[in-house]
Amino acid sequence: MGCGTSAVAMETQVKGAEETEGEPVRNPSRALTMKAAVLIQRWYRRYMAHLEMRRRYTWNIFQSIEYAGEQDQLQLSSFFSFMLDNFTQLNGNGPDLISQLLDPVLDPWLGRESCFSSIDVPDSYTGPRLSFPLSVSDTNALLNAFKEQQTLHAKYLLQLLYETKKLLRQMPNIVHCPRPTPKTSPYANGLPSAETPYVFNGDFVDRGKKSIEVVVLLFAYFLLYPDYMHLNRGNHEDHIMNLRYGFTKEVMQKYKTHGREILQLFQDVFSLLPLATVIDGKILIVHGGISDQTDLDFLSSVERHKVKSALRLPRQSFEPLDLGQSYRQTKRLRSTDGSRPNSSRNQKTPNQSRRRRGPLSRQDSAASCSSSSSSSSSSSTLCSPRSPSSLSPRPCPVSPSMHFTVNSLQVPFLDSLSSLSPPTPPQHEREWKQVITIFSASNYYEEGSNRGAYIKMGKDLVPRFYQYQVGRGTRKLTLTQRVRVAESSALKALKEKLFTHRSELMAAFKEFDHNNTGCVSVSDWAQVLESVLRLDLPWRTLRPHLVRLTAEGAVEYESCFEDMGSGTQLAQVTPNLAETLFRYRTDIEIIFNIIDKDHSGLISIEEFRQTWRLFSAHLGVDINDQAIDDLARSIDFNKDGSIDFTEFLEAFRVVHKLDKDQHLNEKSSNADKI
Amino acid sequence: MLNIWLLYNKVITKMAPHKQNAEAMISDVHKKIKAAFKAFDHEANDTVDVREIGTIIFSLGCFPCQAELHDFIAEVEEDHTGYIHLEKFLPAMTKVLLEKKFPPIPEDKVLQAFEVLDKENKGYLEPEELTKLMMQEGEVFTQVEMDEMLTAVTDPKNNVIYYKDLIDQLTIDYD
Repeated sequence: MGCGTSAVAMETQVKGAEETEGEPVRNPSRALTMKAAVLIQRWYRRYMAHLEMRRRYTWNIFQSIEYAGEQDQLQLSSFFSFMLDNFTQLNGNGPDLISQLLDPVLDPWLGRESCFSSIDVPDSYTGPRLSFPLSVSDTNALLNAFKEQQTLHAKYLLQLLYETKKLLRQMPNIVHCPRPTPKTSPYANGLPSAETPYVFNGDFVDRGKKSIEVVVLLFAYFLLYPDYMHLNRGNHEDHIMNLRYGFTKEVMQKYKTHGREILQLFQDVFSLLPLATVIDGKILIVHGGISDQTDLDFLSSVERHKVKSALRLPRQSFEPLDLGQSYRQTKRLRSTDGSRPNSSRNQKTPNQSRRRRGPLSRQDSAASCSSSSSSSSSSSTLCSPRSPSSLSPRPCPVSPSMHFTVNSLQVPFLDSLSSLSPPTPPQHEREWKQVITIFSASNYYEEGSNRGAYIKMGKDLVPRFYQYQVGRGTRKLTLTQRVRVAESSALKALKEKLFTHRSELMAAFKEFDHNNTGCVSVSDWAQVLESVLRLDLPWRTLRPHLVRLTAEGAVEYESCFEDMGSGTQLAQVTPNLAETLFRYRTDIEIIFNIIDKDHSGLISIEEFRQTWRLFSAHLGVDINDQAIDDLARSIDFNKDGSIDFTEFLEAFRVVHKLDKDQHLNEKSSNADKI
Repeated sequence: MLNIWLLYNKVITKMAPHKQNAEAMISDVHKKIKAAFKAFDHEANDTVDVREIGTIIFSLGCFPCQAELHDFIAEVEEDHTGYIHLEKFLPAMTKVLLEKKFPPIPEDKVLQAFEVLDKENKGYLEPEELTKLMMQEGEVFTQVEMDEMLTAVTDPKNNVIYYKDLIDQLTIDYD
């Protein structure tokens, strides 16, 4: 059709004519102006489309890796159950490792008021001094203090947690609240009241470096307005998750003296958080989503305070659920690292939903869910519902089979049953009309990666979605810059995946490279990656960022490992062992953290060996004691017969050699959500 | 059908000597198209919203004008449902790619276009100038597109658009 070519021809024509006349100012004809405009528009739209594509596959990468990471979580929980099933006691000497890991001794001292009343607050402390029962001046003091980057003193934090625990004990598993009363005040969000009740649907912590401040504010407002502040437990209100995702670290760093007690109290408070909220008998709000087996009656009867962690359910009280069986089931589903069934991975469905929420505060609360808005406009959020349904009655932490399409899940909204007279708690026979999943953590993967959203509902209980994004910095960035930042972060994470599967990948490549040329075709390359990593990504599109091509268009498959290495110099480590350590580094870190009861960063050599033996037995990886001992010695981090495991793990952190910001090691790993 | 085969052969002989036969190449093209399509297939049922087709086609390296785009959509849209199914999209798009129907615009042409608009030969454009042109002439931008473009292209210090630098910055590396 040549819409473009005629413009080009005309331009050169006009230009040529003008230049011979030697006039500095041109007056192009209307037609020419239009053609020039068209050219620019088309060129720019092409650029924007390309950018949009990059944004999408960046998101794909993050999602796929996170999903694979959730499979790892499964692995960790199956490790615990493996230990439960197979070991009662190791050897007679030294502390009983298993009991240490599995039944942490609950310090009864923490149940009494003396845990905080005996603590002295020095005069030099300029932070908020809370007085209980709390008043608005206390919550304002907290808000202001946190804005000024102050830390609440341990005494007040402990007291706050103690009071919260007392109040939560009185609440049922499922909290029922009425719909909001009609608004008289013109202000949108405000302090919790009958007009503007709030529901926070879990995951208050493990998000960013201010988890403590966020959760303190939530608990403070909860104490102040218990009828209008509803907090649901999320899967991150769990001390084992906290070990992995950073909350534990944050507490220990900010509270060096009282960190342990604080963590213990947090554990208690978390386990007492209600599991769900129901609004006016019509709307269920729950963190982990629902399944076709969700039984609210059962949920109401569970002894929730006994579930300290969803990754290790207490055996006795949950007999009918057959913990071992469900874990074995999920283990079968997951044959290798990161595998998952191909069906129904509907996380991008605009209206696919799991849970509903009430109005939320627009403050920097990370405790919310994802918006399911459509994605046609360039500035919309691309979100993925994260639904680790670890608190569902059947303990399958992240079962891939639980991802439904909207069609298969019959979920009528309860208002069709308004003929029911007084609002009764939902019965198991009821059908749900609509399920909404909402994701509220903006900048989830990276600064500028996405917006977050929340829902507001008036007395009509019709949901309205609001999007937002935290961070002054991001607004100044253009879309191009934001995409670039997110993309580079995603690609780094992806390359690490490649690096930690190096031997498998190389073995597979060699099968296609019969003549040992070091090259394979693009198709073969993509096929290998697909089958080894089991990440559903557009490999061909990503190829230029990952590997080099020869002049003939073949892939030099080893080039993707070139600019990556390990955190510290590794002497004589067999590739197999090294790769295992790289791959399971985060899980090993969690176990070390559990063993290290006083959070000193050190464990004994014997404990180190035992952990390793267990872990490798579970993984089915053949690593003998000698290799581990040699490793420990060669890295030389022995400190008086103890091992500094942070240093040890540092050796197995993937480092990108071309990366200038190597100190920001937290950002390079997707697993550390700090 | 004969046309297609002739076309394939023509394309093969032009390709660099790599050990791939025609089928493998078509298969590669198919995979490329499917990957781009999938990125917008939100319900994972091999359909995309018709409004996203432009983005998909652009991202595959093609530069159709709006009229061409409309024609293409008319060919592949599922009877005014607002959706396009991969079944219809794949062959149509394959043809477009193999025939190089909507070739990219070379950078120097874009530069010339800007120079035409820069009547006084200043070397830059004022945001108001660009806005007026983009939103009134040719295949007009929406307000959203205009705002996005201005954020991306305007030099923050002097509040003008240095188009020559811009073209260098916004160059895309094709596969």
